[in-house]
Amino acid sequence: MHYTFEIERGNFTDAGQASSSVKRTLKQLGVDPANIKRTVVALFEAEINAIAHAYGGTIDVDIDDSKIVMVVADKGPGIPNLDLAMQEGWSTASAKVREMGYGAGMGLPNIKKNTDELQIDTEVGVGTTVTMTVYLA
Amino acid sequence: MKIKELAKLVDGQITGAFADDNYEVEKAFASDLMSDVLRFSMDETVLITGLCNNQTLRTAEMADLRVVILGRAKEPDEEMLKLAKEAVITIIKSQYSIFKISGILYGAGIKPLY
Repeated sequence: MHYTFEIERGNFTDAGQASSSVKRTLKQLGVDPANIKRTVVALFEAEINAIAHAYGGTIDVDIDDSKIVMVVADKGPGIPNLDLAMQEGWSTASAKVREMGYGAGMGLPNIKKNTDELQIDTEVGVGTTVTMTVYLA
Repeated sequence: MKIKELAKLVDGQITGAFADDNYEVEKAFASDLMSDVLRFSMDETVLITGLCNNQTLRTAEMADLRVVILGRAKEPDEEMLKLAKEAVITIIKSQYSIFKISGILYGAGIKPLY
């Protein structure tokens, strides 16, 4: 199964809709609750990151019997120093993002913790693509 | 502890009993930072927060929280109540500060998350 969602820059009103939709689908498919939890937490973190930092993008989710692959691709500033971004507590989030309860610098580390595979392709001034895989076996 | 008991202890108002009345809360986590809420396992946990926006509910949904106590007299808007209903989350509104709510629940035997 394949699902695609649009990400709108700075739209915190609708932030989480994609993750919520994926959560409902996984529940309907009878996926184990622990795998649902780590999938949607990772996707939600990536969704929030893209809304907070980028200029829009897409989320593509592919689900089969053995795995869930989520690709969050944004047009945005890119990540100048990925090693720093992966460190807990490192954040470039704006005051607005912090007012929403985010921007603690925990997003990417938390995505890594909750997924089996994480690949981040980023280019400054072009955008970032985060590919997350959760194995269901 | 049942949701109604929680509400009584913090002199709170249940804005919508969306979760199961028999749901038992054992632990609490107090935070206005949703990034931190997403870091931990929230089984049988109540979130105590003063952050009152859509993201409070979205985060609660992703973290599998069933009960959120809004302290500091925060008032959820219609959109928040809609999200709470969709995600089957009970909101308890309390006039008390986060510190006071935390102290009361700790004294009543609710455990810290860690």
